[in-house]
Amino acid sequence: MEIDPFIFRLSIFILSIFIGYYVVWSVTPSLHTPLMSVTNAISSVIIVGAIIAGLAGNSDSIFDTSSIFGFLAISLAAINIFGGFLVTQRMLAMYKKKKKDK
Amino acid sequence: MLSANLSAIFYLISGVLFILALRGLSSPETSRQGNFFGILGMIIAITVTFLSIGNFSTGFIAVLMFLLIGGLIGSFIAYKIPMTAMPELVAGFHSLVGLAAVFVAIAAFLNPEAFNLGSPNNIKLGSLIEMSIGAAVGAITFSGSIIAFLKLQGIMSGSPITFKGQHLLNALILISIIVLTYLLCSTQSSNLFWILLAVSFLIGFLLIIPIGGADMPVVISMLNSYSGWAAAGIGFTLENTALIITGALVGSSGAILSYIMCKGMNRSFFNVILGGFGATEQSASIQNKEQRPVKSGNADDAAFLMKNASSVIIVPGYGMAVAQAQHALKEMVDNLKKNDIKVSYAIHPVAGRMPGHMNVLLAEANVPYDEVFELEDINNDFANADVAFVIGANDVTNPVAKTDPQSPIYGMPVLDVEKCKSVLFIKRSLSPGYAGIDNDLFYKENTLMLFADAKKMTEDITKNL
Repeated sequence: MEIDPFIFRLSIFILSIFIGYYVVWSVTPSLHTPLMSVTNAISSVIIVGAIIAGLAGNSDSIFDTSSIFGFLAISLAAINIFGGFLVTQRMLAMYKKKKKDK
Repeated sequence: MLSANLSAIFYLISGVLFILALRGLSSPETSRQGNFFGILGMIIAITVTFLSIGNFSTGFIAVLMFLLIGGLIGSFIAYKIPMTAMPELVAGFHSLVGLAAVFVAIAAFLNPEAFNLGSPNNIKLGSLIEMSIGAAVGAITFSGSIIAFLKLQGIMSGSPITFKGQHLLNALILISIIVLTYLLCSTQSSNLFWILLAVSFLIGFLLIIPIGGADMPVVISMLNSYSGWAAAGIGFTLENTALIITGALVGSSGAILSYIMCKGMNRSFFNVILGGFGATEQSASIQNKEQRPVKSGNADDAAFLMKNASSVIIVPGYGMAVAQAQHALKEMVDNLKKNDIKVSYAIHPVAGRMPGHMNVLLAEANVPYDEVFELEDINNDFANADVAFVIGANDVTNPVAKTDPQSPIYGMPVLDVEKCKSVLFIKRSLSPGYAGIDNDLFYKENTLMLFADAKKMTEDITKNL
């Protein structure tokens, strides 16, 4: 009997939860705010679904109901992607070590 | 056009890059590189999606337009936002992830052919279940985050909103979500899909309104986790590895942060989620409060105490963020250091309104991160320090958590501020903190209260140094 592809995706999912568990415990507490903003940005990879939906309209009407939802989702996810990564960048740039010459 | 197998491999690569992005955050030195990996992963995922569809006609232009609009708004916000507003920003971003998940689910429900999920009214059962979960969790994330945002922004009162039968109502709604999902899967009716979404939006609101302002660190982490699970649900629908990996990472990240925050308050997750904390205790403690003598001083006294100290520990809290006092604080510390006084910072896990909130503010004020310590690393140092400078914190310094089993915060790990030779406590008034209980620290022999705005007081002390 063949294994349903769903099982493979489930395996990836479960193993990723474990990876997430160990990786996130190793994050230093002082970087917990950047952690939240960066997880925000990467969870917006949901934009791939939005792009598929947006491009799904047929050639004579690109704006049918389903692709409009796709387009809106693209904008929402894009706000998050750009905003999330940039604000993380901005925060991380501020974390500095003590200057030695003091 | 990219073959399905090849794009799957690229999605896997971008998933791995996202793991490396989080891994980078284990230390500030590697964190910037980590963020770069994250950006790279995102670029790969988006490019591969375009290539695998291979349709570069008019729709493509529209997609780029919407991408650009969102990108510009996001970049603008990221550059303009003050660091003190980070909790609101993150809550706002969570709501967008939630809403995006809902929209993608709606699009997939209306046009399943585009996603290879069957035809309208005849969607594959597995996909429909995954879609419903993604949509419901996304809707809860959206409306919950909106409430969190409004509470953090101060548009909505931070105090818990409770009413009779609240938990029963929430439980009924949660059960109805499960029933609706079941019915939706058996009938494929689009009406049920819309009802499911509406009910999920509603429960998101109801779940967050009873939770008070200072419990927001838990709420934000929890919503972070939800946004991840919503993404994973959609990832299953779209059979997309990058989305599944990311959803799982973000989901467990948020869950761990919620756990750390709950532990920082010695409360169970359910105790926080069921809400209402601080609402009842507050009225009780105001009635029973006896007048006890406190010593209060001015900037001059504080400056004198610190000038004669050899080591000072600073305990910042949410009040510092509200007063935007971090830069004034750094200036004061620079003056202290000129006098060869050793200064370090003690951060309680739940100080502020989100995990790591204080660290970011101090970093913004150019405080080197190796002078900033977590509770367990610095708590033993209070006994050897001369002055503890409490700026905007309250409950996290309350010794009652160690001595009085009756207290609502009993058992919560607190900073041993009272062990210092002297304590300087900046506060506007003697009013109790979030937990609604009096802080014994105010009345200690060695405590000097400085009644003023945190920023103004800090500036005045600097002048007197």
